[in-house]
Amino acid sequence: MSSADLTSERDLPPEREASAKGDLAPERDGPRDTGLDDASLHRWLARTWRTPPGVIGALSSVDHKVIARRYLITAFVFLCLGGLNAVAMRIQLSGPQRGLIGPDLYNQLFTMHGVTMMFLFAVPIVQATGIYLVPLMVGTRNIAFPRLNAFSYWVYVSGGLFAWVSFALSMAPDVGWFAYVPLSGPEYGPGKRADVWAQMITYTEVSSLAVAVATIVTVLKQRAPGMSLDKIPLYVWALLVTSFVVVFAMPAVMITSTFLILDRLVGTHIFNPAEGGDALLFQHLFWFFGHPEVYIIFLPATGMVSAIIPAFARRPAFGHLGLVLSLIAVGFLSFGLWVHHMFATGLPKLGASFFTASSMMIAIPNGVQIFCWLATLWDGRPVIRTPLLFVFGFFFIFIIGGLTGVMLASVPLDLQVHDTYFVVAHFHYVLIGGSVFPLLGAAYFWFPKITGRMMSERLGRWHFWLAVIGFNAAFFPMHIVGLWGMPRRVYTYPAELGWGNINLFITAGAVLFFLSFVLFAFNLVHGALRGAPAGDNPWDAGTLEWATSSPPPSYNFARIPVVTNVEPLWAERDALPVATGLRVDARELLISTVAEAHPDIREKSATPSIWPLLAAIAVGATFLYSIFTPWAIVWGAAPIALTLIGWFWPKGDPEDEE
Amino acid sequence: MNQRPAADLSGLPTFGHGPRSPTWWGTLGFMALEGTGFALAAGAYLYLATLWPNWRLSAPEPNHWPGTIVTLLLIASLVPNHILNGYAKECAIGPVRIGMVVMSLLGLAPLIVRWFEFPALNIYWDTNAYGSMLWVLLGLHTTHLITDVGDTIVLTVLMFTHHGYSGRRFGDVGDNVFYWDFVVLTWIPIYLLIYWVPRLG
Repeated sequence: MSSADLTSERDLPPEREASAKGDLAPERDGPRDTGLDDASLHRWLARTWRTPPGVIGALSSVDHKVIARRYLITAFVFLCLGGLNAVAMRIQLSGPQRGLIGPDLYNQLFTMHGVTMMFLFAVPIVQATGIYLVPLMVGTRNIAFPRLNAFSYWVYVSGGLFAWVSFALSMAPDVGWFAYVPLSGPEYGPGKRADVWAQMITYTEVSSLAVAVATIVTVLKQRAPGMSLDKIPLYVWALLVTSFVVVFAMPAVMITSTFLILDRLVGTHIFNPAEGGDALLFQHLFWFFGHPEVYIIFLPATGMVSAIIPAFARRPAFGHLGLVLSLIAVGFLSFGLWVHHMFATGLPKLGASFFTASSMMIAIPNGVQIFCWLATLWDGRPVIRTPLLFVFGFFFIFIIGGLTGVMLASVPLDLQVHDTYFVVAHFHYVLIGGSVFPLLGAAYFWFPKITGRMMSERLGRWHFWLAVIGFNAAFFPMHIVGLWGMPRRVYTYPAELGWGNINLFITAGAVLFFLSFVLFAFNLVHGALRGAPAGDNPWDAGTLEWATSSPPPSYNFARIPVVTNVEPLWAERDALPVATGLRVDARELLISTVAEAHPDIREKSATPSIWPLLAAIAVGATFLYSIFTPWAIVWGAAPIALTLIGWFWPKGDPEDEE
Repeated sequence: MNQRPAADLSGLPTFGHGPRSPTWWGTLGFMALEGTGFALAAGAYLYLATLWPNWRLSAPEPNHWPGTIVTLLLIASLVPNHILNGYAKECAIGPVRIGMVVMSLLGLAPLIVRWFEFPALNIYWDTNAYGSMLWVLLGLHTTHLITDVGDTIVLTVLMFTHHGYSGRRFGDVGDNVFYWDFVVLTWIPIYLLIYWVPRLG
């Protein structure tokens, strides 16, 4: 690709003419990467893109990798907390009539388990992985809207703290992660527990939406030259589709939680049938979000699988186009399934038939993906390492979860097992098999890139087998006990029902599964401190994140790569083509066209700022206070506005500000 | 790994308007999620309306005049809004400054009328679900309006400082124009829902 291809005359914008008229401040120029030797270039870029020193500097960071690492660690802490909830519940259920945990605490435990795993672990960790990897995989120096990205993290972590502090104070939500009315409404949900649920949900979803928008714009506008739509890596495609699903699904749960807090706090009647409202409206709105939520978690995991398999099969993914179309199809279809969560509510039969059909239909694109992955392995020369082992675990577990999903899509069977442990088994097979196993594989796969060190392969294999055995021991028997009629969300059961032994076995499996994560945590820490040096590309993978050093420098790439193939590092073994001409004294990014990734603009990326943190504090305080009085929204508006002005207002050279 | 120069980016411009700019796409993303929120709120209203044969639940009809005045003001504001966009594309700072002042005033005007629009609904939020939904729909759009007018005023002030002479800022003005179109566009279905759907029955 020549420079003439990249900046032909027809693409020069009219703005440059305006500049000549004198209406516009003359563009300040500075040193470029052209002509600099490698050492000087790295020194310039390191100084320009560094995170400032000190505590304030660290809190001001807008480096996507710094933010992503914080996200990943925070999400992992929440995973451990949610896992401890689960273990506590399982110990209580390990035998009949155990008195370890009473009904009130049990209700808080299963609610916090669901809330933590869904809102504070699963979605944030897949988005965080994207925050780290997407800019590297598309060959850019930072994510789009880096301050918004920083803001999203502060919002997320304070929302999580909000929930867990409330748990410590015994005022955690106790109405299930779904918080159905009327149980969570003003009549049956006194106190502040349901209010904590409502505001914490709204608050943390702001974070997810911000990340989704930043991800979409990064993928659409910041791709390396030549990375046309057909050359975007499958993982990036998965994150792009996921982000669109977030944009159109998450507002539904925010509307649901906002309606709920209005009913509770200011006396509206949206969900109150006695005054013209409707309780089922809550379920419609919640599941309009809740079902796509499954795919918000699952789609990035499929992207991880699509990255891991080619790297270890030593060949590009079979059926790249088919995989992309499957991702898009799953994204669309995920919006047409929500009513299958509501089959037991007595909806009209015609509607139930439609949602049965659409629920079964989503198995088709998922099946296409699985067959493409199998074909890639079949036609490749697979090297079996820990990341690939977790992908095999994913195949086994997710397929079982998918099959029980097809069963539950059938109304008669769903009515029989509704609200039993069969459903609990099904969705854990889907969510853990479909998301957590690929995520664990991804952790082993990309850990060397993030830390510059390898995790232990031997411990990884132990981790895998412990996890597979523990998981199946914990969750497979739940299908059986569910078919026997054991309901979910009960804190105990009578001995004469005969569920004691199987529950003891389930608890043993759950403890084993938890221990596998303890081993994983040890391997993470051990790897980060003592792991063997990884080098730039320890797996000899083909996508762009492996073209830079491990861990990547603050500026990601010294020169922007030019892409000629979907696996550019395999296509350009001798020398990677790169673009030059960006300034090194300012945070310049290349902005490209949407379809062809044709270079279009050199634009400045945001500099570090403390204002996103201050804005998140203002928003958080407003939400927290609003569970006590609606006036909090009025009083909170002023500090929110001030912090946003501080964030927006340029502080230096006009050309150097976001 | 080894590298070989394959492209020179030094001739590229440092800013762009409309779809060339990442901020435009970010604005579009926020429109999509806010629009989804509006659509779901409107859907909730229609869902409840179909459940109850006597929808309005014996409440009086809302007085449509304040809402209609807001509608006319918003539609009228589209003309100077698009003239402003033209000046922003030309990077003409003088006319842009005047246009931003005009758009700030045209943003405040419907907010003043909106103050009278809430009582003209002739029902409170806690009377019944019909009243709740009217206040929610109007409240959502009012929040939308307040935040955009606030943003417009801050940008107007900014354009009168030395920071205004920046290509990036002219892009911001263009994005502000784009977002105002969205504020106006989202109001039309809400206006019809609040004032004219109840009159259908």
